[in-house]
Amino acid sequence: MMKNAVEVHDLVVVRGGREVLRNLDITIGGGVTGLLGPSGCGKSTLMRALVGVQKLAGGGVRVLGEEAGSAGLRARIGYVTQASSVYDDLTVAENLLFFARVLGVDRSAVDRVVEAVDLASHRDQVVGRMSGGQRSRASLAVALLGTPGLLVLDEPTVGLDPVLRRDLWALFHRIADAGASVFVSSHVMDEAERCDRLLLMREGRIIADGSPDEIRRKTGSDDIESAFLAIVSEDAA
Amino acid sequence: MNSQHEAARSARASAGTPISPRITLAVAGRVLTQLRRDRRTLAMLLVLPCLLISLLWWMFDATQGSVFDRVGPALLAMLPFIIMFLVTSVTTLRERSSGTLERLLAMPMGKLDFLVGYALAFGAVAAAQSVLAVGISVGLLDLDVAGPVWLLTLVAVADAVLGTALGLFVSAFAQTEFQAVQFMPLLVIPQILLCGLFVPREQLPDVLGGVSDVLPLSYAVDAMQRLTRTSRTGEVWQDVAVVAGFALGGLALGAATLRRRTA
Repeated sequence: MMKNAVEVHDLVVVRGGREVLRNLDITIGGGVTGLLGPSGCGKSTLMRALVGVQKLAGGGVRVLGEEAGSAGLRARIGYVTQASSVYDDLTVAENLLFFARVLGVDRSAVDRVVEAVDLASHRDQVVGRMSGGQRSRASLAVALLGTPGLLVLDEPTVGLDPVLRRDLWALFHRIADAGASVFVSSHVMDEAERCDRLLLMREGRIIADGSPDEIRRKTGSDDIESAFLAIVSEDAA
Repeated sequence: MNSQHEAARSARASAGTPISPRITLAVAGRVLTQLRRDRRTLAMLLVLPCLLISLLWWMFDATQGSVFDRVGPALLAMLPFIIMFLVTSVTTLRERSSGTLERLLAMPMGKLDFLVGYALAFGAVAAAQSVLAVGISVGLLDLDVAGPVWLLTLVAVADAVLGTALGLFVSAFAQTEFQAVQFMPLLVIPQILLCGLFVPREQLPDVLGGVSDVLPLSYAVDAMQRLTRTSRTGEVWQDVAVVAGFALGGLALGAATLRRRTA
């Protein structure tokens, strides 16, 4: 068992002439790690860097012991982009079968992941005619095909029903318990409580790192949102 | 744990070879399923060329001589090229903007798997399209073809793959579907004007004749016109080779525009 699934060292990313990530140093281990921060703070950019589709201006990212983006890693990472990246004109099952063939996993995986995201009753429905929440679940299901060692999920629970959100977080924890590292971003502070470890991000920097309890205790706050505010005002002072 | 090792091994295998038949066929199959779902587009792809070639025949029905025999083959060469160019540039652009391309490139998919998969799927559609258009032209509209009819279809398929390759290429330079469609007047219409349909290629001013010589559609139209005039196929194969060469070049350019890492 390796110590860290992800090691980010002095990472700099520039987009449109602006430094989106500034000299970032983080490690991500097992369990469910949450990346929380307002939209536009660089969460998606960091996630793109981990899966190796982001151009870097400096520093390095190692994932599961290999350079991020190397060919050997591609089957070992499950990635869900913020926009539901599935084909609108195919059914849920057709989408999953296609991605299963690309990944080279058995078609029985399709039934497993359809169950996992609670879309069994919609499996033959065309994705374009489903609700936003159903579509993002279909997109999530794709990332669960195969058995990734690292799951990178960019805001997977936006706009979902609270019951389903709870179920999905339970699923993330089951996947983490089975040995994978799960890295989930969110801009909703109340999801913080569900993570084993939290990274709070603002303007391209990590401003706090620890378990939800630790972060609350350190700032003497009752919830993560006020902890975030406390840290930001401390930063400014 | 076992399947994880298997996945890692298959990733290594696909990284070693530039193209994986499994993934390429998966892409082709998926594109065809999408088309099958889109009945209206499919109908347009198959019926429209037949209607247009019939319209052309009707236009020249009352004129003297055999204008249709001269113009018909050119149209048979142009249609698959134009249609596949449009269809491909818009579909690939959609793939780029919807995030599915980014997802695929984060998976063990080679760039060639993606491009050749698309070329296979649209090549198959083009084959069906050409069989219908050529069948109607020869069977119903009495187009005189001296050479083998199947070779006419082959030229059309090569032409369609060329359109697909160019469409893949330009989709990299367009941000919206509007922009993608604008590439047609830029890249396609000059080829139509200079392919020998309006003015025979040998009668063009020197400079334009030179330009015409480096445009792929000229060779496709030449091939079609030769096939209707003589049963000798040697020069036709040369033209097909030129068109195929341009198509391969287009695919290579397309591969160069597919970047795993973007800003």
